[in-house]
Amino acid sequence: MIEIKELTKRFGKKNVVDNVSINIKPGTITSFIGPNGAGKSTLLSMVSRFLDSDTGEVLLDQSNVKKWKSNAFAKRVSILKQSNFLNVRLTVRELISFGRYPYSKGRLTAEDETFVDQAIGYMNLHDMEDQLIDELSGGQKQRAFIAMVIAQDTEYILLDEPLASLDMKHSVQIMKTLRKLVNELGKTVVIVLHDINFASVYSDRIVALKDGELVKNGPTNDIINPQTLSEIYEMDIPVQEQNGCRICVYFNAHAN
Amino acid sequence: MQRNRKRLIFLAVLAIISVLLYAFYDIKGGFDYAFPKRVTRIAAMMVTGIAISYATVAFHTITQNRILTPSIMGMDAMYEVVQTLIFFLAGSTSIWVVNNYLNFGAALIAMVLFALILYRFLFRTKKYPIYLLLLIGIILGTLLGNLVTFLQVLIDPVEYMSLQTFLFASFMDVKAEILYIAIAILVVACIYGYRIMGQLNVMALGRENAISLGINYDRMLMNILILASVLIATSTALVGPITFLGLLVANLSYQYLVTYKHSTLILGASLLSIIALVGGQFIVEHLFELRTTLSVIINFIGGIYFIYLLLKESRAVK
Repeated sequence: MIEIKELTKRFGKKNVVDNVSINIKPGTITSFIGPNGAGKSTLLSMVSRFLDSDTGEVLLDQSNVKKWKSNAFAKRVSILKQSNFLNVRLTVRELISFGRYPYSKGRLTAEDETFVDQAIGYMNLHDMEDQLIDELSGGQKQRAFIAMVIAQDTEYILLDEPLASLDMKHSVQIMKTLRKLVNELGKTVVIVLHDINFASVYSDRIVALKDGELVKNGPTNDIINPQTLSEIYEMDIPVQEQNGCRICVYFNAHAN
Repeated sequence: MQRNRKRLIFLAVLAIISVLLYAFYDIKGGFDYAFPKRVTRIAAMMVTGIAISYATVAFHTITQNRILTPSIMGMDAMYEVVQTLIFFLAGSTSIWVVNNYLNFGAALIAMVLFALILYRFLFRTKKYPIYLLLLIGIILGTLLGNLVTFLQVLIDPVEYMSLQTFLFASFMDVKAEILYIAIAILVVACIYGYRIMGQLNVMALGRENAISLGINYDRMLMNILILASVLIATSTALVGPITFLGLLVANLSYQYLVTYKHSTLILGASLLSIIALVGGQFIVEHLFELRTTLSVIINFIGGIYFIYLLLKESRAVK
């Protein structure tokens, strides 16, 4: 289990993440939501060991993530950040194969190849697996990176705004894939999302942040209601129910 | 890939041809006199070529930038400072100039220490200081360069003439005894360098992806910077500043060999630098009859290629 305990990160005098404590429930999709500058990505960066916290700690199986050996950690937790600029001549399949690095150090076994094939299948990348990454569109590249993370086959998958450069079709495809990873393979997904409707429809739990502080943490339906949302986003957000999904209709919030 | 293998073999054949040509072409006078001298030069060129190729490709990977040379860290400038200070303080007939071991050792140790102190200082204060490091490297390089110019103005003109021979890369008078030390350093560095090739491949994906894939990035960054510094320092102390060559061969290698694998890229760059150095030296000795130096030719061709790279990159941005 991942436990975040009283975590604080300061940039200059500003507390970008301020005394946040959360337990990530295994076998769920947990979304981090909140306005710009809420500290969602910073929080995720500290869980992923990209950034050191100023105070507080993140525990994976009761021991501090800073104390984990890099390679052992990489077999448990994988992380994908927003922007991925590559300066390398790499095919899609080669990129996805990097997901197996923690296990085979670049010499792929037959088992590794199976995981790579599976990841390609999950992300529907069959027809472009031999293309060079720098010849792909932003969305295709993003899907290739997500496939790499899937091939890494970790219990925890952390994603920082994976839908940022994707169209509706592929956004839905990725969220469905994540749902499948959780339901079928028992993975735990933590995801920073900008679109609250994707958070509402696909996640089990939501962590709402604002100005670095935790506003609310709970099951999706406890968060997706007009009262809580207005507390987070400081605007009236009507919520409508559709086929059992709660949809936030925020486009014209101040009309009435 | 099959195509890369063929291309590497082609480069290897070219390298062997240029080595054989340089070793045996038109040996006048005593074979016993000329041949060992040529072999020493060839060995020096191989050491330099491999060291610079590895250092440059690794440096490009950790900076995610392909138009930098490791000399941006101010190491060439540090070399010039050491040699100029030696001539300024001790003079051209002092033991620091006459004794090859001392001169080589002083230059090597000064450059490596300079790099180590810089890294220690930066890595203690910041987590991922690569851009700050580059910036400080450039500033220190300029500062040291000015110091060198200042000292050279004060130096006796005759001393200055003999100092000049140290400040331009030359393979003509490489001393065999230093060469052995350089080879020993290169072998040790390359054994370590070979072992971390897999990690270099992952680090090319950027800091965050590399950490996610289980690389201890910040420690590896430090190790690779030190490795690159040792390689550059060795080649510079052996023959003088010639790091510009690295930029040339590394980029040719990226273009010629379509792969992400550092083993292939570095091997390609090494073969290319052996072809450039040995072939270039052949042209200098037999075509120009030593009226020019190898570094002039390499800087000339390298400069043109560099401008081409800049134009190409600016077109790619549009």
